[in-house]
Amino acid sequence: MTDIAIHVDNLSKKYKLGAMYERQDTLRDLLVSMVRNPFQKRNSSDNQTIWALRDISFDIERGSVVGIVGRNGAGKSTLLKILSRVTDPTGGVGEIHGRVGSLLEVGTGFHPELTGRENIFLNGAILGMKRTEIEKKFDEIVEFSEVAKFIDTPVKRYSSGMYLRLAFAVAAHLEPDILVVDEVLAVGDAEFQRKCLGKMSDVAEQGRTVLFVSHNMSAILRLTEETLVMEKGRIVKRAPSAQAVDYYLSSGFAETGERVWEKDEVPENAAPFVPKALRIKNEQELVTNSIRSTERMQIEFEYELTAPVTGLRIGFYLMSARGEFIFTSFDTDEPRLYQDHSVREAGVYSSRCIIPADTFNEGRFVVGVNASTFRIRRYFQDEYAITFNVDPAGAPGMQWPEQRLGPIRPRLEWIIEKR
Amino acid sequence: MASIQNQLPTTYLRPAKGLAALNLKDLWDYRELIYFLTWRDLKVRYKQTLLGFAWVILQPIINMVVFTLLFGQLLKVPTDGIPYPIFSFAALLPWLYFAGSLTRSSTSLVGSANLISKVFFPRMVIPISGVLSGVVDFVVSLIVLVGMMLFYKIVPSWNLLLLPVFLFLAMLTALGFGLWLSALNVRFRDINYLVPFLIEIWKYATPVIYGSTLIPEKFRFLLGLNPMTGVVEGFRWAILGTKYAQSFEPGPLFAASISITLIVLISGVFFFRKTERTFADII
Repeated sequence: MTDIAIHVDNLSKKYKLGAMYERQDTLRDLLVSMVRNPFQKRNSSDNQTIWALRDISFDIERGSVVGIVGRNGAGKSTLLKILSRVTDPTGGVGEIHGRVGSLLEVGTGFHPELTGRENIFLNGAILGMKRTEIEKKFDEIVEFSEVAKFIDTPVKRYSSGMYLRLAFAVAAHLEPDILVVDEVLAVGDAEFQRKCLGKMSDVAEQGRTVLFVSHNMSAILRLTEETLVMEKGRIVKRAPSAQAVDYYLSSGFAETGERVWEKDEVPENAAPFVPKALRIKNEQELVTNSIRSTERMQIEFEYELTAPVTGLRIGFYLMSARGEFIFTSFDTDEPRLYQDHSVREAGVYSSRCIIPADTFNEGRFVVGVNASTFRIRRYFQDEYAITFNVDPAGAPGMQWPEQRLGPIRPRLEWIIEKR
Repeated sequence: MASIQNQLPTTYLRPAKGLAALNLKDLWDYRELIYFLTWRDLKVRYKQTLLGFAWVILQPIINMVVFTLLFGQLLKVPTDGIPYPIFSFAALLPWLYFAGSLTRSSTSLVGSANLISKVFFPRMVIPISGVLSGVVDFVVSLIVLVGMMLFYKIVPSWNLLLLPVFLFLAMLTALGFGLWLSALNVRFRDINYLVPFLIEIWKYATPVIYGSTLIPEKFRFLLGLNPMTGVVEGFRWAILGTKYAQSFEPGPLFAASISITLIVLISGVFFFRKTERTFADII
């Protein structure tokens, strides 16, 4: 008999749209409808509902590290919420053997007025640690977080990096039997990300179970043995990570060169930013997902602002299919554009960039988008918004039918001289 | 390996159905969290204020001065020969504790929305710590009471030993109503606007600025329906001793208050348990 850490059977979760996107419940509404229609049965069925999870069944063995990938709104976070008992399933059952600890969004439960030391105790207690346990690990936590010097300073004076390190350090020392990690590594510098990943593999080596949700495919590949691919509330594939990531990148997206965001795919906290569509266009300005390496291409992002936004910048992230970053570019990188578009009024916009010919090597590439105001707010982010293929026909060096290393294939000027 | 599995706690996930089990053991397991949340409340409450902890003492004093001028001097509310300042102060102490605790606990869940939507813990620890953190303020303001008792030369009687019992009743009352209001507040934010009014009206329905003897005897039972009557008059009885007890007997009033409080508290616990499973979805 194998040792099972998590067993779920036909797990489903239904959300009321009204409850998710906007508060419609006020006492007044209820009273008004009671007066108008006193005998009507009031229940949730007259509201629009969506299934965030549908009939999810799986077992996870003790000591395994399992990745979960899927687009925004695929149900990953809902699944983690149910597993960590934050919310109840609408249908189905599950069994969890052991203590579940979750690595939360940065500093959930931190109080800005309290010092680092005080927050370690508070946050530890929130995550279910006993005080003696925290005291025992206190030095270790401080050392891991690298904020020893500021441990008696209120965390509101911390930089975002320090804040993050401290938050991660507390959660990482929780030593749960099952560790649930939801996209915490999206922030923080590369050095810190390495440290976190290292800590996570330590956890796994100690025979604990790790569930790791991420948009970072290279982290998924490095850290997990097996990955679940989720789509529209279902698990569409479970396979060794390399296979699963490949499946996700190739079939998880429409092959049309266009990604459209439906209303239910946009997180509620994105407002006033509404993403509409992301398109890959070839030199002839046709929307396609296949680009020739020797032709220039365009990436176009269409979005709507429902209110004016100051200092908005739209960023594109180019990644290889293995999740390595190739470059990042923002629409207001250019000082002139930065000045001209310091305030964007409400309306529909498109930000597009032209990538010159002879940029990419053969292969599949991923475009991520991001809408933010520098150091103030991130409105929207989708690291795996769309993929496209690059056909190398006519690219430099095609006379030799061999694989070229590296994601880019620039046409460089060579000089050969006889001396 | 199978033996390891047997040692680990098993959690069952299933849809919320029927009457929620009370599961108070859960709450006991998280007692340290109650302590830390209470402690956080206290640490943070007077941060970045000029006077800091002095507010704890100033609030009842200012209230008392205003009441004394208005109701003691101008309107001459009968106090059975007890100086009005201490007559009102003895009632203000538990009342301010109650009002503060009720406000804190009824808004506490919504204020912790980000925690509730991300971490599991028994939700009841939040309103409970809202009620507990006021106790420290209360104890500090007892200093003023001691000063006033010395000034008015009030000799403490054995009644004083029952003061903690009346405080406990005030805590249970605040918690009972706090559980109802905080759970309702998650769904209906109207509660945020309702609570200040509720407290204002409640204050006049409770014998804080007047004594219950002001009410004609045949209507006095109505005061008993208000659990805070028992608390407030209990405080006067304990602090002012026999001098006050002559014109007032706390027995029946107190019994009624306790019954009402227990009804509200027990129903509040059930209502809270039943609704808490949906908090994360609708908060």
